[in-house]
Amino acid sequence: MLEAADLECERGGRILFRGLSLALRAGEALRVAGPNGSGKTSLLRILCGLLTPTAGEVRWRGAAIGSLREEFYREILYLGHAPAVKDDLTAAENLSITCALAGLAAGDESVRAALERYGLAGSDAPVKKLSQGQRRRAALARLALSEAAPLWLLDEPFVALDAAAVELTRTLIRGHVARGATVVYTTHQEDGLPGSRVLDLGPAP
Amino acid sequence: MLAAARTIVYRDLLLALRRRSDVATALLFFVIVASLFPLGIGAEPNLLRAIAPGVIWVAALLSSMLSLGRLFAADYADGTLEQIVIGAAPLSVVVAAKAFAHWLVSGLPLVVIAPVLALQYDVAASLYPVLALSLLLGTPVLSMIGAIGAALTLGLRGGGVLLSLLVLPLYVPVLIIGAGSVEMASAGLGGQGQLLLLGAMLVVAVAFAPWAIAAALRISME
Repeated sequence: MLEAADLECERGGRILFRGLSLALRAGEALRVAGPNGSGKTSLLRILCGLLTPTAGEVRWRGAAIGSLREEFYREILYLGHAPAVKDDLTAAENLSITCALAGLAAGDESVRAALERYGLAGSDAPVKKLSQGQRRRAALARLALSEAAPLWLLDEPFVALDAAAVELTRTLIRGHVARGATVVYTTHQEDGLPGSRVLDLGPAP
Repeated sequence: MLAAARTIVYRDLLLALRRRSDVATALLFFVIVASLFPLGIGAEPNLLRAIAPGVIWVAALLSSMLSLGRLFAADYADGTLEQIVIGAAPLSVVVAAKAFAHWLVSGLPLVVIAPVLALQYDVAASLYPVLALSLLLGTPVLSMIGAIGAALTLGLRGGGVLLSLLVLPLYVPVLIIGAGSVEMASAGLGGQGQLLLLGAMLVVAVAFAPWAIAAALRISME
């Protein structure tokens, strides 16, 4: 499904990684490990097409993602470091707008159900009134609506979450992998998701 | 594709509604700058009449510039811009919608307020439609050109000043033709020629600016 050939990434004059290749089949989860500054986020941004690698290319179903563009974007879910929620909108408004932009048809009912799973259902307050963890939950609620996306790229999905939310996120990821989708995620927690392949980027250069 | 454009316009208008003070600042700025000239120059009707189109147009340029910094910067800071760039619809369509929303909030009100400000300059009432029409055609061009600059300077240190240096020279043709249309009309020559030129600029901007904005955004996101 997702292949990366000979990736090289240079940020600020330093080579973060070089000659990195990987191939992921459907139903596989990959945990990207490594200390701070080793290029985990850069790798994920390359895999989703936000960052162009210095060398090498990423292929999705055999075609370079640079030429697929929207066709590829429609099939992925990328959750970055920043929660990507607008402070002045409510969690529900945020979720339905993000889903609309991602090309997912999400009705009010399904948006409410997704937020309910993350314990944010009754909240009509703008997101800026919520705590850091609740903000993360508002962003992660998208997972519950993105079952149709065959590739999830999650940057630190477990950060700032309490135990219950971590467990729920794990369950959603596990369920998605079992459904035959591909998931790439980064985490500092050793046991991010049992049974996933691990790609260690090694020490920061 | 159109659904995504509609969503973006809806979203940006909703955000503007929640942060009314941001919108009000740019509009008040326009009103105040345009009102300072009659106060500074004094009651000299002929002089005021002569400078009115130019001053109102310059004030419109500056006020439209003022809100450009926020066009992408806020979305960039909270990560929503990443989601927009990897959205399901072509980026050029989405950014065109963003520029349109920017115009609705920061350009369209100028068109409505400008004739009221023209009162202070003792501009003949017959010129109000020309002034409003020139702004109606010109301010969307400003939003489109400004969006290119805002996308290029995204995430740079001192981006605000750089943005002005980059964008203001590009505004010059719009300024000359826009203010010129009112001057021609006041000289009794009719401003149609200039208005048609402004219309042509708008068509060109709508056709090409979205691609430039999208390309600039992709570069800035790296």
